[in-house]
Amino acid sequence: MDEQVMNMREATNLALDQALAADPRVFLLGEDIEDPGASGPTKGLSTKYGADRVFDTPISEAAIIGAAVGAAMEGFRPVAEIMIMDFIGIAADQLINHAAKLRFMTAGRTTAPITVRTQVYGGIGTGATHSQSLEAWFMHIPGMKVIVPSTPRDAKGLLASAIFDDDPCLVLETIRLQAQRGPVPVDPDFRIPLGQADVKRAGTDITLICYGRGVIESLSAAELLTQDRVSAEVLDLRTLVPLDVPAMLESVTRTRRAVVVHDAVRFAGPGAEIAATLQEELWSALAAPVARVGARFVPNPAAPVLEAEIYPNAERIAAAVRKTLGPIGAAYRA
Amino acid sequence: MSTKRRLYELMALMQAADDRLSKGIRSGEFMCVYWPSRGQEAIAAAVGACLRSDDQLVTTYRGLHDLIGKGVPLTEIYGEMMGREIGAAGGKGGTMHIAKPECGVMLSTGIVGAGPPVAVGLAMAAQRKGLDRVTVVSFGDGAVNTGSWHEAANMAALWNLPVVFLCQNNQYGEMTPVERSMKIEQVAQRADGYGMPGIRVDGNDPVAVLAALGDAVQRARRGEGPTLLECLTFRFRGHYFGDPGAYIPAEQLAAAQAADPLPTFRRRLLDESVCTETELAQIETDAQTTVEDALQTVLAAAPPTPDVLDRDVYADATNCPA
Repeated sequence: MDEQVMNMREATNLALDQALAADPRVFLLGEDIEDPGASGPTKGLSTKYGADRVFDTPISEAAIIGAAVGAAMEGFRPVAEIMIMDFIGIAADQLINHAAKLRFMTAGRTTAPITVRTQVYGGIGTGATHSQSLEAWFMHIPGMKVIVPSTPRDAKGLLASAIFDDDPCLVLETIRLQAQRGPVPVDPDFRIPLGQADVKRAGTDITLICYGRGVIESLSAAELLTQDRVSAEVLDLRTLVPLDVPAMLESVTRTRRAVVVHDAVRFAGPGAEIAATLQEELWSALAAPVARVGARFVPNPAAPVLEAEIYPNAERIAAAVRKTLGPIGAAYRA
Repeated sequence: MSTKRRLYELMALMQAADDRLSKGIRSGEFMCVYWPSRGQEAIAAAVGACLRSDDQLVTTYRGLHDLIGKGVPLTEIYGEMMGREIGAAGGKGGTMHIAKPECGVMLSTGIVGAGPPVAVGLAMAAQRKGLDRVTVVSFGDGAVNTGSWHEAANMAALWNLPVVFLCQNNQYGEMTPVERSMKIEQVAQRADGYGMPGIRVDGNDPVAVLAALGDAVQRARRGEGPTLLECLTFRFRGHYFGDPGAYIPAEQLAAAQAADPLPTFRRRLLDESVCTETELAQIETDAQTTVEDALQTVLAAAPPTPDVLDRDVYADATNCPA
């Protein structure tokens, strides 16, 4: 399959471009997504496809999502953008009480196959209202799918799947990953199925279960841990709902140890569900309790020195791994 | 058949449907949760008489009358309210969430103010498909103070969408009177802020509502954008069934009951010789028979089985976490 090296933003742009080209039911709406104001992944698309396919809205998050829901009920495949994830609270009713529940509440008479793209800004100094990783909120809502790509390849393949999926999908883009470059299949039909985790690095001693930016930090941690002669497997969940439980169980059955890593706050974060599942399913196989590395439970601070304190990084993940390995880890170093 | 007669038939059916629920719940014959529409029938009858079958309606939890007006079968409505398999969603949605796309009923929402954004999307779909279909979104006076209502009103006007914002102003948002919820006198005044026409009519007069609604619908159909139509009415049974209504002044309730749209319109049909007393009595008897038949069908119907629980959470049930 032909591949091109591009960054995450370009990969997202390519997925949107190909979806618009492939299917007249697809349209894009959101704040500042239309040229010449567009600067993110939608750049150039209104010029290419016209302002009736890619258009700016007022700053009205509830109406953006509600309009997408109504159009989706009528057969369209709207891709709505909520500029920054912290703004999603304003649209939460439309997502939680309408998009996610219509299929169930009407026994399938109406459905809302919308895609909502949103960006997580954490780590760039924007403070407590422009930084949050709120994916756990939506994991808690039956009917929603929650997707968090970590590489350009996954960004394209997962977004394409989301747009043509029959359920409402929330796709988190991570600003600190946007410049990351990697090979991306250019085939318009390239899709990554939702609900399939991906082993980003194979290992035998411990499984780092992660998604989004946590994958990048986990890969760095795995590299650090080679100095300890620890072989860490990095399992990228890619989608939180559906959650690839079989892949988690398969990996942790082999490694018998796991650390869950995410940028969402650790307390009541996605890692809690994952750790509980592993402990329920693999109690007798586990060699150590499942550990979690997440953001500190404080509003996201603005000053760089403070912000650096709250997020997982390779050193913190490696420290959690060493603690999980315990005396066995020490033995490796001996 | 005359339009006025048709309006009365719809109103009589709406009243009979509401009265029968009231009687049955009060006597302990059956139980369901219910937000009564008694008193607001003239508006819903006008919606039913005005809209084409392909025109769409978004309504609220207080939607019994609206659903009947748009032609949703009573067995599906009662069946959903009472948790039966023959309900609109087999009992999974309940009273507040009834939809019937074949009749144009796209959404009943349980969230005050949530309907207008969805109506914007439905109208956007019609516009994109080049259809001359109109979406009416029905809501109460309480909804006009929510942010999503304002976002949707602005968006519909901005994009010239074929929407009619139909406010059934029954003078209370839950238990709070409208004058304690907004500074301005009329909901219709809000239209000025969005660049759309705002009209207030007597919501107890189905002919007046039909005329104003017809204008708004035709305007939307011609591609001239949305209208805010405020229909002033009253709800006789409070916010929810069983509401003691202690917050409603006795003289206000008495005045509202004196203006009950059913007997008022009935007298008018006699005065204008549209119907004879015999014909009106027959319409009322027929309505009661229709309601009773539907009720007995529903009461005899099976409740849903638990195996439906994980259906329709996702398109594919395997996506559902354990």
